[in-house]
Amino acid sequence: MSTPVVLYEQEYEQLKRVITRLCADANAKFVFLVDKNGQQIAAHGEMLNLDTTSLASLTAGNVAATDGLAHLIGERGFPVLSHEGERDNMHISIVSARVILVVIFDERSSLGLVRLRVKRATAEMNTVFEVIDTKIDRERDMGIALDSPFAEITEEDIDALFN
Amino acid sequence: MTFINYASREINCKIVYYGPGLGGKTTNLQYIYDSTAAQAKGKLISLATETDRTLFFDFLPLDLGTVRGFKTRFHLYTVPGQVFYDASRKLILKGVDGMVFVADSQRERMDANVESLFNLELNLKQHGYDLMKVPYVLQLNKRDLPNVVSASDLTAELRRKGEPVFEGVANRGVGVFDTLKAVAKQVLLELRKNGGG
Repeated sequence: MSTPVVLYEQEYEQLKRVITRLCADANAKFVFLVDKNGQQIAAHGEMLNLDTTSLASLTAGNVAATDGLAHLIGERGFPVLSHEGERDNMHISIVSARVILVVIFDERSSLGLVRLRVKRATAEMNTVFEVIDTKIDRERDMGIALDSPFAEITEEDIDALFN
Repeated sequence: MTFINYASREINCKIVYYGPGLGGKTTNLQYIYDSTAAQAKGKLISLATETDRTLFFDFLPLDLGTVRGFKTRFHLYTVPGQVFYDASRKLILKGVDGMVFVADSQRERMDANVESLFNLELNLKQHGYDLMKVPYVLQLNKRDLPNVVSASDLTAELRRKGEPVFEGVANRGVGVFDTLKAVAKQVLLELRKNGGG
C-alpha cells in the first residue's frame, strides 16, 4: 500500500489563500483544487450548492482519460483542458504534476484572463507543494514517522464505524 | 492512495470493485447506496452506456463516521468489466487502497473470472502494486442462481492469498455489506500498521 498523501494545516491555508485570490482576480465563480486520485483539496467560490465530491471524482476521471488519450498519440499529456458551456465554462489545468486546478467562470470573465491568472497561481502553488515535499523528505530522512491519526486505532474503533 | 487532510480532519480512502462484466460490481454499489442513510453518502455517479453497462466507472462516496477525531470517508469505485475496456480499468486503479473482486458464480463465467483476476494482477503491477500486499476481499456473487460452481471450488480457483471470501447475492444485498466492512477494515488496519507514513 502506498504512502498516504498528507496535507498539513499550514500548507492548506496557503493553498486556500492562493485559490481565493485566483477566484477574485480571475472573476471566477468557483475555484477548486483536487488531487489526481479524485480527492478534493480546497475550494472557494460562490457556487455553494455544488457537489464538490462528485466534481472531484469526475474531474480526476476526466484528466486521467485525457492523459490516456495523450499517451496513445505520443504526447506526455494535455496539461490544460477547457470546456465551454452555454452559460458557464470550465478551465482545468495540472499543478505540480499531481494536482488539478479547476476554474469555473461565466461571462463576467474570459478564457484569456483565467489563463493569465491561473499561470500566476500555478507558480505559487508549485512553491507550496515543493515545501510539502521537502518537509516530508526531511522528516523521512530524520526517521521521524509522519503523524498518523490511525497509529493507535483499535479494532474496536474500526468496528464502531460499522455499527 | 489514502489522503489525510489535517486542516479539515478528514481521511479518504479508495476502494475499487473489480471483476468480469455483468458480475455484480455496480449492483454492489447500488445496493450500498440504496441502503445507506442520506447523511452518510454522496451521490452515486454512474458513467454508463445506454444499456447500463459501466463505461468508465461508478463512484459512491461513503462517510463512515469519525475515528480519533478524523472523519473517515471511503470512495467506492467500480471498473467496467467488459474485456475491451482495459485502458479505462487501468486508470481507475490508480491510487487504490483496497480491492474487492466480485466473481460471477455461474459455471459458464468461470473463464471470465479467471481472466479478470489475471487482468487485475497485471494492471495492479503496472501501477506498482502487488495484489499480495493490497487489502483485498473476494466476493462470490450470484449464489442464488441454479447453475453455479460450488463455493469451495470457486474459492479454490480464485482465492489468491487467504483473503476473506464472502458469498453474495448482490441484487438482494446478501454479502454486500459484509464484503465492504471486511475490505474497509483491512484498509484501516493497514494504515495503522504503516503508521500513516
